[in-house]
Amino acid sequence: MTISRRDLLKGTALAAGGTFVSALGFDLQPAYAQSRELKISGAREYKTVCPYCAVGCGTIAYVHGSGGLNTTRSVIHVEGDPDSPINGGTLCPKGAAQMQLAMSPRLEHSPKYRAPGSSEWEDVDWEWAMSWFARKYKDARDATFVERDAQGRTVNRCEGIGWVGSATVTNEDAYLITKTQRAMGIVYMDHQARI
Amino acid sequence: MAQLPASGLAIRRMSASSTPAPGIRSEGPEYAKLVDISRCIGCKGCEIACKEWNELGIEPTENFGSFQSHRDLSADTWLLMRFTEVEVGGDVAWFIKKDACLHCAEPGCLFACPAPGAIVQYENGIVDFNQANCIGCQLCVSGCPFDIPRFNPATRKVYKCNMCIDRVEAGLEPACAKTCPTNAISWGTKEDMVALGERKVEGLRARGLANAVLYDPPGVGGTHMMYVVPHGDQLDQYDLPADPTAGAGALAMLGTVRKLGASALGLGLLAAGLHYLGFGPQVPEEDAK
Repeated sequence: MTISRRDLLKGTALAAGGTFVSALGFDLQPAYAQSRELKISGAREYKTVCPYCAVGCGTIAYVHGSGGLNTTRSVIHVEGDPDSPINGGTLCPKGAAQMQLAMSPRLEHSPKYRAPGSSEWEDVDWEWAMSWFARKYKDARDATFVERDAQGRTVNRCEGIGWVGSATVTNEDAYLITKTQRAMGIVYMDHQARI
Repeated sequence: MAQLPASGLAIRRMSASSTPAPGIRSEGPEYAKLVDISRCIGCKGCEIACKEWNELGIEPTENFGSFQSHRDLSADTWLLMRFTEVEVGGDVAWFIKKDACLHCAEPGCLFACPAPGAIVQYENGIVDFNQANCIGCQLCVSGCPFDIPRFNPATRKVYKCNMCIDRVEAGLEPACAKTCPTNAISWGTKEDMVALGERKVEGLRARGLANAVLYDPPGVGGTHMMYVVPHGDQLDQYDLPADPTAGAGALAMLGTVRKLGASALGLGLLAAGLHYLGFGPQVPEEDAK
């Protein structure tokens, strides 16, 4: 292809004209912009409690995914719950990052058991773990249950077991824990936040 | 809670563009953040909330003898709490600065930007970077009086705080303002925040901090993130310029220079056209014989 001197001049004039027009007050950019879509707009909200300290800030976990056979439900965002009278929607840095706990690839999903004398943790299933726990609990209670104290008064208490509650338990959880453990005669009940 | 725009975000200014602002209807109020430094406890919750919401990459921290998490802002750290230990009246004072975009009413970054639509200022006062249009020239970095935008060499784009424009448009407050446990970061209309800031300054002065000021520098037309500074006589220790202006030196002239160049081009074309009309095409001499 050959370009004559005349064609070159025409092209140059056209380009210069275009530059002139676009630089001085004519462009097709929209006067309104669409901002980025709100990433939590399609998520479901789950109200929950921050798992860390004893303050117990209310949080909202935003979850994507239906949980169908081919999808995994995953937390995409966590922020403070404005309805919570405890924090009014605010969160400290640790609480603000709590999504990293739920979505951590290092999160353990099954109970771990280290046999006496062993240096290795092994995966066990929940059923095995629960019956192991129940057995140990019963044995410890039988071995340390005190019916009468030194003065012969009936006390019916179990001194060999302590129960430590967590900052994440709700009022209802705490009620049930107290109820069941008192029924077993447990007297040493405390809270994680005091330790 | 202020009212929200009916549809879309009206644009007030756009980089390297001569499209005039629509000005057809009022788009509701301007929003502003007010950072009360005297209430900040330095928990850095805002830093985390910013990273979490904007899905910014995690950068390793290092201990360099300060409470500060990182040494500097980056393309993945749009908000950094800066901590400085300063001697005030023979005592140690801990100066805290929430370092992030101040969203100037006259944004130096936008004036310096040569890429059409890469930097946009909405009617609500928020200055937003649109990375799709960014050409990575970093003129905005030199245009910013507060040294905020940061270049990412991997994507060859520049990034900064956008005041959670996606949240603001949906009626939510910015992530940093929402998470702040001591309510040191307030968020609302610019008017309300100025009034609140002035009240806070009065309160601080009554408490004996005679130099307390509201930092809303007029050199950049005011900002949409303002500070209540307890020690206003030591702004330099907070790393806050005392009198910032939009576009230092030649950068402010860029738009004018661009228009001058285009005008020269246009006038040249016009002259060529008139010459053609007046004298006709030039005929080669051998043809004329």
